Amino acid sequence: MVQTPTSHVTESTEHMADESVNSHIAVVLAPIKMQALNLNIYYDDNHAINNVSIEIPERQVTALMGPSGCGKSTFLRALNRMHDLTPSARVTGIVKLDGQDIYAPDMDIVRLRQRVGMVFQRPNPFPKSIFENVAYGLKVQGGHSAQQMKETVERSLRGAALWDEVKDRLHASALSLSGGQQQRLCIARALAVEPEVILMDEPCSALDPIATLKIEQLIDMLKQRYTIAIVTHNLQQAGRISQYTGFFLTGNLIEFAPTTQIFSRPQDKRTEDFITGRFG
Amino acid sequence: MQFPLAGALTATQQRSRAWLTQLRIQARRPGDLLFRSLIILFVVTVIGVVVGVAWVLLSSSLPTIRTFGLNFLRYNAFDPVHNLYGVSPAIFGTLVTSAIALILALPIGIGTAIFLVDFCPRRLRAPIAFLVDALAAIPSVVIGLWGFLVFAPWLQHTGEPWLQQHFGFLPFFQGQPQGVGLLAAGLILTFMILPIITAITREVMLVVPVSQREAMLALGATRWEVIRYAVLPFARVGIAGAAILGLGRALGETIAVTLVIGNQAAPPSASLFNTGYTLASVIANQFGEATPGLFISAVMEAGLILLILTLITNIFARLLVARLGHGRVRKVVI
Ligand SMILES: Nc1ncnc2c1ncn2[C@@H]1O[C@H](COP(=O)(O)OP(=O)(O)O)[C@@H](O)[C@H]1O
Ligand SMILES: [Mg+2]
Repeated sequence: MVQTPTSHVTESTEHMADESVNSHIAVVLAPIKMQALNLNIYYDDNHAINNVSIEIPERQVTALMGPSGCGKSTFLRALNRMHDLTPSARVTGIVKLDGQDIYAPDMDIVRLRQRVGMVFQRPNPFPKSIFENVAYGLKVQGGHSAQQMKETVERSLRGAALWDEVKDRLHASALSLSGGQQQRLCIARALAVEPEVILMDEPCSALDPIATLKIEQLIDMLKQRYTIAIVTHNLQQAGRISQYTGFFLTGNLIEFAPTTQIFSRPQDKRTEDFITGRFG
Repeated sequence: MQFPLAGALTATQQRSRAWLTQLRIQARRPGDLLFRSLIILFVVTVIGVVVGVAWVLLSSSLPTIRTFGLNFLRYNAFDPVHNLYGVSPAIFGTLVTSAIALILALPIGIGTAIFLVDFCPRRLRAPIAFLVDALAAIPSVVIGLWGFLVFAPWLQHTGEPWLQQHFGFLPFFQGQPQGVGLLAAGLILTFMILPIITAITREVMLVVPVSQREAMLALGATRWEVIRYAVLPFARVGIAGAAILGLGRALGETIAVTLVIGNQAAPPSASLFNTGYTLASVIANQFGEATPGLFISAVMEAGLILLILTLITNIFARLLVARLGHGRVRKVVI
């Protein structure tokens, strides 16, 4: 439950007691949903994530911030094994979901990705109707009745705060929605397969301020039921929506702490520099 | 004093710039004119060729059109001795061989493309793609020769007896294996359109945005489901286009088909072992001997019908593609 500023894991509690004096922080008090241990990620020879250990608390919003290219997306995509798709990517270390290593050979990757959903930087609805977009996950799974699908679609769209805007045109093209609506549709699509964790990779970076606000409110609502890890390079956003914040720099996790603490009393000079806008 | 000076400089600059622009516009004009005239010339040439070919075909087939009327489509003889002509076996042969080719080449081509894009080890990808393309580069007369000398005999002694033994209950595989025939022609056409279909399908699959694949994957789809539900729907317009190009080639392919189809109308039956001919092969076969009068007119009319058939398939296919394109969003049926 301890994270050192230089991202080496301290495992024993005595350690924590010892080192907490030296600016080490006991971080997460909530139950741990996901955990990375000594995670390293390489793209061919590019060492993109360097020995990162972190704990993602359950039903909280964890923000991952840092300057562009520091490896936030790379880290996030390791949490539901999206790197399996990238031939050049190599992952070492451990990532646990409810204590179970997701990179273990006997892991059911399909089930994993249902439990750990993802929302991407650019809204990426399928070129299909609004209804079909949300129902698609269930359709692929198979074995759901028409009635179940309808209920799930409505529940998911309500969950994504989109229902009222689209309930009269469920069969219109998803591409006819605005960018912000498309992004909420993508969230609804992720909710439909009933995930436990939702990973969001800069979900607002392609959106205008009003759409961004809506998504932020939505995230705040979602955390009652879901564990959320969100990448953002927007400091204010991290401050507004998250309970925990990790700061990445060139592949290293520099600091991980409750958001209030990161913003009020950063322990690392580099975090402070980033927060005060001296770089990034 | 700085202000007016700056203003003057700007004015001079502006004037010289405007002058330069004018000069450039003028300099551009003769080029524009030439370019435009050339383009128009090319377009007129293309239209002229199409119209000219159609006109020549139509006017030269007038004698048979007058003599036989629609019966030309019904008669099954091509009989200079009795001066009786009809193309029903040729139309039948054209449609059957093209259908065989499309039905076989589409799944094989799409499967190959899927393999190349999604499942092939990275090192094997380029060589296999090259081999597929190389198949397209073989001249059709060479394929035809191979078909006649190697493939048809193999069909006669091995392939067709095997089909007969295992699928002989189907009307398609009854009768005497002869090697050359509709089946041989259909299979040769399959080989010939396979590369087009594979290559185009591969290209359109490659341009399916990664974000679509990732979206599907993140919903807990297997690799196969990603292809089935995200990639293929996205690529289907392109794949339909590939099928059309393949069909166009199959309908009109002449020399390879002529070499393996037998060029003899068999008594009508469903058997694919039968020999036959296609519109294209009948033209190639008869043109040399055609004597002026009804005979040559009949050959010309076969050409006209082939042209019309190709046009109809093309229009139909275009409508299909347009519908597929717009039909991306349909009311869900669950
Ligand atoms: N698919 C990839 N192939 C190779 N290198 C990549 C790939 N994706 C990201 N990288 C590299 O990994 C590093 C981290 O990238 P990324 O995780 O996208 O950063 P961030 O999301 O923080 O902006 C960068 O140096 C980037 O160039
Ligand atoms: Mg990123």
